[in-house]
Amino acid sequence: MLRYILRRIFYMIITLFIIATVTFFLMKLLPGSPLSAENKLSESQREVVLEKYGLNDPIPVQYVNYMTGLVRGDLGISFHFDNTPVTDILINRMPPSMVLGGQALIFGTIAGILFGLIAAIYHNGWLDYTSTVIAVLGTSIPSFVFAGLLQWYLANEWGLFPVALWGTYAHTVLPTIALAIFPMATAARFTRTEMLEVLGSDYITTARAKGVTESGIIFKHGLRNSLIPLVTVMGPMAVSLMTGTLVIEKIFAVPGIGEQFVSSIEVLDYPTIMGTTLLFSVLFIVILLVIDILYGLIDPRIRLTGGGR
Amino acid sequence: MSKLLEVKDLRVSFKTYSGEVQAVRGIDFDLKKGETLAIVGESGSGKSVTTKAITKLLPEPQGYIKTGEILFEGQDITKYSNKQMQKLRGRDISTVFQDPMTSLNPTMKVGKQIAEGLIKHRKMSKAQAREKTIELLELVGIPQAEKRLNQFPHQFSGGMRQRAVVAIALACNPKILIADEPTTALDVTIQAQILELMKDIQREMDSAIIFITHDLGVVANVADRVAVMYAGKIVEVGTADDIFYNPKHPYTWGLLGSMPTLDSDEEELFAIPGSPPDMLNPPEGDAFAPRNRFALEIDTQMEPPMFQVSDTHYAATWLLHEYAPKIEPPESVQRRMQGFASMDDGKDGEA
Repeated sequence: MLRYILRRIFYMIITLFIIATVTFFLMKLLPGSPLSAENKLSESQREVVLEKYGLNDPIPVQYVNYMTGLVRGDLGISFHFDNTPVTDILINRMPPSMVLGGQALIFGTIAGILFGLIAAIYHNGWLDYTSTVIAVLGTSIPSFVFAGLLQWYLANEWGLFPVALWGTYAHTVLPTIALAIFPMATAARFTRTEMLEVLGSDYITTARAKGVTESGIIFKHGLRNSLIPLVTVMGPMAVSLMTGTLVIEKIFAVPGIGEQFVSSIEVLDYPTIMGTTLLFSVLFIVILLVIDILYGLIDPRIRLTGGGR
Repeated sequence: MSKLLEVKDLRVSFKTYSGEVQAVRGIDFDLKKGETLAIVGESGSGKSVTTKAITKLLPEPQGYIKTGEILFEGQDITKYSNKQMQKLRGRDISTVFQDPMTSLNPTMKVGKQIAEGLIKHRKMSKAQAREKTIELLELVGIPQAEKRLNQFPHQFSGGMRQRAVVAIALACNPKILIADEPTTALDVTIQAQILELMKDIQREMDSAIIFITHDLGVVANVADRVAVMYAGKIVEVGTADDIFYNPKHPYTWGLLGSMPTLDSDEEELFAIPGSPPDMLNPPEGDAFAPRNRFALEIDTQMEPPMFQVSDTHYAATWLLHEYAPKIEPPESVQRRMQGFASMDDGKDGEA
């Protein structure tokens, strides 16, 4: 297991190197310069700034400089946003997004699994149909619609939670719910389908023939076997939730990374774009590793070994 | 010997979109303590459905018991609630299923799957259940039991898995063990081992066995009594000797005739022509008539009743009626009947 993880980390570093390289050159292909919005600057001032940030060097030299910095852990200084080091920007902006995404993921998955189980147990009953309708609505209606509704009723009309902004824990509640609806609906659909299939399998009949109770059938024998496909879809979803969603962050005025990322692309703030992309990549790769480890924990037939091939 | 299980006029149907499929159409049989009853028939004859009805494990909501009584130790279990059935299953009546590759939970340790019944029905502690599980694994012939009980099913071979399934079924010393084609999915050498194992265990635990199979060779090996099923009915029932030495029903002749033997010079293996009837609209008269070359006029009009051949032997065919023409089984079947008789003599001679 340890050998397996070490091997995966080695591949992760290679993957990150490739991602950094590709992003760097793609970014340079974008038309315009970081200074195109600064109309007040004279020609000579412009030269000075470009020289200061090393933007006059040939692109390969800029690349080598950036990568050397990266290896030392230096992500550079933002061109905009008051010349803050990129590392600081990430440290400031990441936590709100991670908190919202993490909460939404946990809450959404657990609620979704419960809905899915209820639907499977009361297969073709009204609870099943209700839960299916909720799942379809949850996947098809965009989150900003829910966000608006939540703000209007829970915050404005009934005053239960703050409408927007960031600060206390209460501020996280509404955006978390808005974000959680999509993963919840997805988890419910997958759990229902998979559970129904598992309940029809031979080993469930064996368990019934042993005299196992209905709840034992569902939780001891069924649940674990029906979780595998769910893990597969929830992984990438976890990343997209935790890397911040622009729409939800805008609506609830949350100072998260999603909003930051978009504005840094608008102004061609090269170091911030690179830093954010790399951070997202690390997150994604780590979650993929976590998924693979989870597979092994859920299903003993999937064994992780160092020499695997 | 007292009757452990009595099935009276059992009818089982399945609701489908095209109508009611009558899988079992009124069968009666009983099972005594410690005996082995084989239920034989081709696919779709209703033999598995019968045992699923006894344990009330019919696929819900399509399958249901239409009429009939199933008396277990005198109690009609068709009226039992789900809770009562849960107490009965695994403790008094347990089942060994056909396919060991799919009948074990892939994500649960084998030991835990065996111990589950012990903890539930016998109220054992985890440690006691572990002890007993090791004992059971050794009983069914799984070596290194202590190591094996912590393994998952995928680490077992097919034969070992079926042994584990047998261990699950035996965990609580059931009074009735239902074996639903337990050897069909296994290769021949393993089949023999599993049959041997079940016979040994029966001797040790004094359980009654209902053995479902389509393989008469297996039946000859294990059964005290045999019930032959066709199209949801029992067409012939008797002791193993009755069925093998003195079969009366043309369908039984067909089954015996289509058994491959090593010593015959026959060029072609006999096969019963045609296919079983559509149970959505069961035919009038004798369901086997269209495939029966000895069929009489009356077979297409009226269902034959059970004729008594001897104290233990009954068959449902008009050929046994006093007005029916005397028809001897076909020659190939007679040869096989003699074969069985001489095999048995040989055995007795050795003993």
